[in-house]
This record gives sequence, structure tokens and C-alpha cells, in this order.
Amino acid sequence: MAINHRHIISLTVTASGSGYPADLFAPSELTISGGKTTVLVGASGSGKSTLLRMLAGLEPVPSSFTLEGVQDSFKRAYMTQDVRLLPWLTVERNAGIGNRLRGEPEDREGVRTTLSKLDLERDAHKYPSQISGGMAQRTALARTLLERADLNLLDEPFAALDAITRRNMQDLVKQHFEGKTVVMVTHDPLEAVRLGDAIYVLSQTHSGGPAALSAANGAGQSPADRAEELFERLQGS
Amino acid sequence: MIVRALITFAGLCLFWQGLVSVFQMPPYILPGPGAVFETLIKSPDLFLRHAAITAVEIVLALIIGLAAGFATGVLIWQSARAERWIWPLLLASQAVPVFAIAPLLVIWLGYGLASKITMAVLIVFFPVTVAVVEGLRRIGPYWPEQAKLMGAKPWPLFWLVQLPSSLGTIGVGARIAAATAPIGAIVGEWVGASGGLGYLMLHANARMQIPTVFAALFCLLVFTLSLYGLVNFTTRKLLFWTEER
Repeated sequence: MAINHRHIISLTVTASGSGYPADLFAPSELTISGGKTTVLVGASGSGKSTLLRMLAGLEPVPSSFTLEGVQDSFKRAYMTQDVRLLPWLTVERNAGIGNRLRGEPEDREGVRTTLSKLDLERDAHKYPSQISGGMAQRTALARTLLERADLNLLDEPFAALDAITRRNMQDLVKQHFEGKTVVMVTHDPLEAVRLGDAIYVLSQTHSGGPAALSAANGAGQSPADRAEELFERLQGS
Repeated sequence: MIVRALITFAGLCLFWQGLVSVFQMPPYILPGPGAVFETLIKSPDLFLRHAAITAVEIVLALIIGLAAGFATGVLIWQSARAERWIWPLLLASQAVPVFAIAPLLVIWLGYGLASKITMAVLIVFFPVTVAVVEGLRRIGPYWPEQAKLMGAKPWPLFWLVQLPSSLGTIGVGARIAAATAPIGAIVGEWVGASGGLGYLMLHANARMQIPTVFAALFCLLVFTLSLYGLVNFTTRKLLFWTEER
């Protein structure tokens, strides 16, 4: 199967002018590289989720914004912390719901393989009420992966999980979204450092100067130091 | 649950018999439970024959009412224009008591099943329609957004997501329908019929055969509770994923 994400070379989001929502966004320009994971961090109300929803096409893009490189034909997958599995469908059916909703034949092999990768194959026939929160998140992750989207948008997907499950989920994301175009929103600097190829701190103040913290810029720094730097930026944002 | 129902029933019978004994009620005003059950046992064929007629009316009305209410509810949910046209009619239909138009229905549709079924459908239709519209509207934005991103087609989205999401509320409408459908059938039989429990009650009442009236009422009670139980059971089976049963 063709990997669609390669179509994305880079997306640029530019905010200009003043007033809501442009005021929410600093940096005024950010670039999302194809095949990379871009993480957006920032305080509540800094516009992270709004930006993600704009990229998903779920929010109108205001005139003060330009989404360069974003095409309507992009296939997008959007995962939030509220996974909303359909309780009347099994894990297997929930994961492969996309094909059924499009009226396409079920991709049983693809579903089985993906569930196996996420260690869910033994639970494939269980209903959401019979699985744990972490398993539900993994099922939602399988659903997102099976969409084979050009642009994968993850909005604080693990915010509600305990530390260990969260860490496991981060590992799965790192492993299975490798080489795919991902934009992820998180409150957690450690998560940002673990997963992000590029990290942007969104601020309402416009005073932070160039606020992009790319992973490359952090070369030579330990993850803890980079997380600490992110904490400091978030405090100042 | 069955034990609880039997205890309640026995308690009511005791209370009933107590009333009859204490106030020394004559059987043509209030017969005791013993007299009623004696009447029932003496001529089971009579009650079965009339109960079968009423049961057919109620079951057919329930099926038609559920189907029509469901279709109308989906139409209102789908189309703002349909909503603007249909809602006033629906509300107007509820403003006029069905009992008031019962004689007209008998004149228009005759003394047969049609007038009774129509009466019951008119009673059932409104709660089912409202339940379907409310159920479908309560789905929230999450799945419509996911469906948009997934490129979902309307029918798969309806059958896989929207309909199951609204089944809980639709089930409430169906249970109300099951409990109220007998009203239409019985009123229809009172106005004009040649059979049915309503017809039997009316004739027995005119002849002061009050135990027969009570026995017919008992048959109606048993049937209505059974129907409600069946609808309730079916709804719960369909909603197998809900914790609250």
C-alpha cells in the first residue's frame, strides 16, 4: 500500500495581524515537516488545540491565518484523549471502523496486524466495557494508524492516563508513527521531548522570540535538560 | 423480580378483599378477587377470544406506531424543512384528545380492526417520534467529526454509529408506547366494536356483570405487562453494552 504521508513535504502555518485568534499564536510561523513528529506545547488557552483542529479541517481557518501546503485532499486522522470507542463494537471492529464507515470491505488482515503490533490481538473480540483505559487508548491508536492518513493529528491523546500506561503509549507512538507526518499537542514537556522531532512552544505573549525548539537544536543536551528548558519557556509563555 | 411481583399482587388482592369485607360491598359494585377469578376460570374461552382480538390490535398498532414514529423521527432529524412542516402537525395531533376523535375514526374506518389500530397508533406515534429525534440529536460532535475525517458515507454512519448511539432514548419511547398502546385499542372498542376486551367490558358493565368487567381488566393488565416486559427485554438485549439495565 502506498504510504500517503510522503506527499507532505512541509506545511507552514502563519499568523498575521492582531485580534483573536492570531493573538494566541506565537511563534507567528511554524513549519510541519513531512514524515516528522511536530509537537506543540503551551499553556491552556494558547491555541494548540485550535491550531490542530484547523489542520484537521474541523475549524474554519480565519483570514489572519495561512496554512501553506495543506490540501483538502489530505487524508487526516485525529485522535484525542477522549477516544469514544463505540461500545457496541468489539476492539477489532472499533479499530477497523474507518473502512466500514466508508462502505469499503473490511481490512481484516490490516486490523489483525495492527492489533498484534499494539499487543491487542488477544483482546480483539472484547467489547470496550471489558478492557482497561490503556487498552482503549491502544485501540484508538490502532484506529488512527489504520486510517493510514497523510497527516496524523494527536490532541493530548494520553493526558488521562497513568504514568506507566502513558509511557507505554508514548513508546508505541514513537514506534508506529516513525516516518509519518504527525502533529501532536501536549501539556507535558517530557512527552514533547520524548516524541518530538520539532517542538513549538505556543505563547500568547509574542515576546518569546523564535519559539521553535527543534530537537536538532537540543543536540548535546540531555532529555532532562531539554524538558527543563521547555518548562522554563512554558512558564514564561 | 417475579417473587416481588407476586408478593405485590397478593398484597393488592388482600387489600381489595379487605375493602370488600369491611365495607360489605355488593358484587355489582365491587366484587372480591375470589369472585373475579371464579368468573375468569368459569369461561376462559370467552376471555381468550376477546383478549386475542385486543392483543392483535395492540401488537399491530405498536409495530405500525414504532415504524411510523421511527421514520418520522429520522426525517425530522435529517431535514430542517421537514421539521418545520411536521412538528406543528405533531403538536396539533397531541392537542386534540384521541378519545374525542374516536367516534369519527369508527365512522371513517368502520367497526373492524382499522379504527382501533389507528387510535392506538395515534397514541404511540408521538412519544416514539420525539424519542427518535432526541436520541439522534444527543450524539454530540465527536463522531460526526471523526466521520468527516474518515470520509464516512451517510448510511454506514447511520447504522454503525448514529442509530446505536440513540437506541437508549428510542428504547424509552418504545417502552412508553408499549404501556400506552392498549389505551387506544380499548377506547376504540368502547366506541364501536364487535369484539375485544373493551367491547366485553362495556357489555358486561351494561348488564351489571361487574366480575366480568374486572376479569377483562385483569386480562388486559396481564397482556399489557407482558408486552411491556417483552419490549423492555428486547431493548435491554439490543443495548447489551449499557451497564444500567
